[in-house]
Amino acid sequence: MPVQYYIFLSIALFCIGVMGVLIRRNAIIIFMCIELMLNAVNLLLVAFSKMWVDAGRTDAASAQLFVFFVMVVAAAEVTVGLAVIVMMYRNSHSVDINILNRLKN
Amino acid sequence: MNALISSALFGVFLMFVGLFVKNKQSIKYFAIAGAIIAFAANLLDLRLTETGSTTLYNMIEVSRFSVLFNAVAIGATLVYFILCGSSFAKVGEHVADYFALIFFILAGITLASSFSNLLILFLAIEIISIPQYILAGADKRNQKSNEAALKYFLMGSFSTGILLMGIALIYGASGTFNITEIGLGTGELHPLTLCGILMMAFALSFKVSAAPFHFWTPDVYDGSPTVFTAFMATVVKAGSFIAFARLFHNAFSTGALSQHWILIIAIITALTLLIGNITAVFQQSVKRMLAYSSIAQAGFMLFAIIALNATATQGIILYAAAYSVASIGIFAVLLKLEDYTLDGFNGLAKSEPLLAFVTTVFLLSLAGIPLTAGFFAKYFVLAAAVQQGGLLWLVILAVLCAAISVYYYFRVIMAMYFKPGTPQVAAVSTGFKAGLIFAVIIVVVLGVYPNILLNWL
Repeated sequence: MPVQYYIFLSIALFCIGVMGVLIRRNAIIIFMCIELMLNAVNLLLVAFSKMWVDAGRTDAASAQLFVFFVMVVAAAEVTVGLAVIVMMYRNSHSVDINILNRLKN
Repeated sequence: MNALISSALFGVFLMFVGLFVKNKQSIKYFAIAGAIIAFAANLLDLRLTETGSTTLYNMIEVSRFSVLFNAVAIGATLVYFILCGSSFAKVGEHVADYFALIFFILAGITLASSFSNLLILFLAIEIISIPQYILAGADKRNQKSNEAALKYFLMGSFSTGILLMGIALIYGASGTFNITEIGLGTGELHPLTLCGILMMAFALSFKVSAAPFHFWTPDVYDGSPTVFTAFMATVVKAGSFIAFARLFHNAFSTGALSQHWILIIAIITALTLLIGNITAVFQQSVKRMLAYSSIAQAGFMLFAIIALNATATQGIILYAAAYSVASIGIFAVLLKLEDYTLDGFNGLAKSEPLLAFVTTVFLLSLAGIPLTAGFFAKYFVLAAAVQQGGLLWLVILAVLCAAISVYYYFRVIMAMYFKPGTPQVAAVSTGFKAGLIFAVIIVVVLGVYPNILLNWL
């Protein structure tokens, strides 16, 4: 398959993630959308890696290594992020981010 | 290298200290000792730089610049521990863990000053960010702290996603993550490279809170426990700036690449200066005013990214030192006050003349008055932009904005010296006073003789 398909797919996924972050108001859903963005990037990196292997580059595996680092960091982010959301839910019994506007005053 | 290893090790060490040392106030001394050792270990790295810079597996590059910046960051952290270390216990139970997280952030900053691969840039940004989400929400029962943590977390990981997309696009165009090779061999600009540069510029602007990506900053800095705001708004911001500057100076400056992003960063700079300074004028809470002032100062630091010359490199180091020390000093004084509004400062000069005096020196330094470090910091970054050429309009705007900033900084000085009142001040120890005077000496010495720092470059 041509690499363009992968590029279009991952850019579509990335845009869905960005729109979700901007539009949705539930903290968990926003969080899922951020994960979608990260995974779109992973897909793109792997596709590009294959593209450069076919183009004859010998060090193209570095992009696949990058994907593992992204996964590990995303897992670390999930740990902290879910803890923050749980802490928030305990105090205000809601995960709706509209209440974040209270800080503005 | 040594700075990275020692700060990561001390992070782990302090987590164990929390298990074995029950007296919360004494944990601070372990952290201070750790910062001193990390500072000394970092200076040992200078021998690696005697014959140019040393590169480790094409991932980390130890140069004089990175060693000097690490020294500034660890030194500012040391000042921070001395001045604010005893306030950690007021936030919550897990004092040792907070110190450990700050050491981990330092490890991220040392990576940010010495990466030579986009993978390490990504890791550095994340190692800096993730502990901050925890620190912002450290005051678990306080709703403002919760909201600050959630807001910071959502915004921070969103910008991480954009940063990663930028990295992936640049990889697609150039086939390498090495920052020195990205710009090579690009006769004409690949559209993916342009998209990647733009996305990375936006994501890093998020991290350094440059307008129009600054909207999270006032809320997060205001909601977080003050003692952690003091760190997030100073050392961390300088660390993110180093990553920003290093990326754009090394990777995107070769050939025709730079002409594509300079105007965009210049517009971001102008917006940051205007929004930061004008909004700061209207703030009643000094903590919130300092949050906006940190946006305004970020505008000045952005000059060091636009200007691609040696003066800019000197300027960003000097700016990081001047801004961090002065802001940490003001936050330390703020921590001793009960009331964070401007009225809380009324009459401080009568009851605590020393605190009022040092706050005045720090505020003068932030405003950029001569004989303080802030003056030369502003001078170097603006001079770099003038040398670069073509940016005179921006320099004039910056000078006008510096004039605006004098207004809101002097409002605090006016409140301290000319308004009657009895501020409620917590007990001030002799060690704290000595620390403040030490910070004032740093600010004044750097303001009279900046080469004491820059000769190391």
